[in-house]
Amino acid sequence: MGIPELEETLRIEGGRVLATLIRMTRDIGAAEDALQEASIVALASWQTEGVPEKPGAWLLTVARRKALDRIRRETARLPKEREAVQLLTAGPSSEQDQRQDELSLLFTCCHPALSNEAQIALALRTISGMTTVEIARVFLVPEPTMGQRISRAKKKIKIAKIPYRVPEDHELPDRLPAVLSTIYLIFTTGHAPVDASHNRGKLLMEEAIRLGRRLVYLMPDEPECVGLLSLMLSVAARQPGRVGSDGAQRLLADQNRALWNTERADEANRLLEHVLPLRRVGPYQLQAAISSLHTLAPIYEATDWPQIRDLYVLLDSMLPTPVVQVNRAVAEFMVSGPERGLQILDDVPDMEHWHLFWSTKAHFLSEMGRREAALAAYEKAFACAPDAMDRAFLEDRINALRG
Amino acid sequence: MPKYAALIYGPAADEGTGTQEDWATVIAEYNQFGDDAGAAGVILGGEALQDTNTATTVTVSGGARGGDIVTTDGPFAETKDVLGGFYLLEASDLDEAIKWAAQIPGAWHGCIEVRPIMEFED
Repeated sequence: MGIPELEETLRIEGGRVLATLIRMTRDIGAAEDALQEASIVALASWQTEGVPEKPGAWLLTVARRKALDRIRRETARLPKEREAVQLLTAGPSSEQDQRQDELSLLFTCCHPALSNEAQIALALRTISGMTTVEIARVFLVPEPTMGQRISRAKKKIKIAKIPYRVPEDHELPDRLPAVLSTIYLIFTTGHAPVDASHNRGKLLMEEAIRLGRRLVYLMPDEPECVGLLSLMLSVAARQPGRVGSDGAQRLLADQNRALWNTERADEANRLLEHVLPLRRVGPYQLQAAISSLHTLAPIYEATDWPQIRDLYVLLDSMLPTPVVQVNRAVAEFMVSGPERGLQILDDVPDMEHWHLFWSTKAHFLSEMGRREAALAAYEKAFACAPDAMDRAFLEDRINALRG
Repeated sequence: MPKYAALIYGPAADEGTGTQEDWATVIAEYNQFGDDAGAAGVILGGEALQDTNTATTVTVSGGARGGDIVTTDGPFAETKDVLGGFYLLEASDLDEAIKWAAQIPGAWHGCIEVRPIMEFED
């Protein structure tokens, strides 16, 4: 007894408690140590005396005391530490303070002076409360490598004095995208074909959605935060249909839509309906809208391609990445035929080594009856396909064309 | 207040490249930065360096004091961008240091490496 409740509390509220401790101690390492010590106390105390009414607040109180003990023991004379002592002995933090703390932690983890890899690892370690072992496992790197990545990032925050604060409103356009993309990268890592069927993939997708919900709660006035959450929910809603019972990947057209999670799809859609009328549209809202249009179609044939195409044209103007352009080409193909799709693809730069570019091109060529050219493109796709699932799919196509 | 070195990297200025006017523009840009950052009390020091043709790299062999002094002509690393000068800045945190570094003309002629200064406790 007591242990599952503690794990639950740490999972749900650990990030928040840690965020407040970091503000007070101004040191991620010291804050982590204090929370760790408080957890050990909780382990014993909750078993004998029962779980406290507010377990998160309980942990914060004990962790504050632990941090205070240590600071007094080690360096009570320095003025810097005296300030920390004042913060640690102050009254309970208001809800507003706690929100600020949590956001500060998120923005610090996602500071542009840290690499993407470091941002993700640090966010999962501090905000999500995952252990280094767990993070190493989900990113398929050796534990010491991940440990080093996290400790280097913490060291940089401390030495280079990356500030612990929420950016001012005028800084947000520069700073918010890094937070959104960190969360989305966690999601897409979990969603990658090779992982989606595994637990680690699910774990990352769920964690990203949880972080997305948190961000919407913390920044309810930022439409792109809502857009990101809607996008993740809508993509996750279709997840159960992505892999067939034979373990093979199913294209959108061939998925059993009855398997889709309607609850998530509905929530994704409601979020969009709330945020699109604000008319502060951005790339995440557009991608969410496209995703929702797919999810809303009861059968593949009922997909609203003209609207999807229009959304991709808009998205292409804001975020002209090869992924967006290839998807736009597909939408143009669905609306106006393979010649138009091919025309768009021809404008996509530098796609020599991307299998989806080649398989899309192959599909257009085959629709135009250019069998030889289509085969050649499929073979190029096969040569650069990253995993067995993709290769199996492409092999089927090649065999079908060869007849 | 934390201190940062803003190391200014840019393409090597070879003889014969760049006009008199280019040079005058760059000087005016640096004067502008010196005025702005100087007025804000951010600059603790800084120098421009002679070009890398004049550099000598010194190392003591053997990995310990007393080894042979080995000197080589030129900078330590042969790269396209070379260290051309530096400022020593005082800023409240990395965000402020980045804000000022972005106003050094070298940031648009090349790039600025911002490095915290090591503080030694006595």
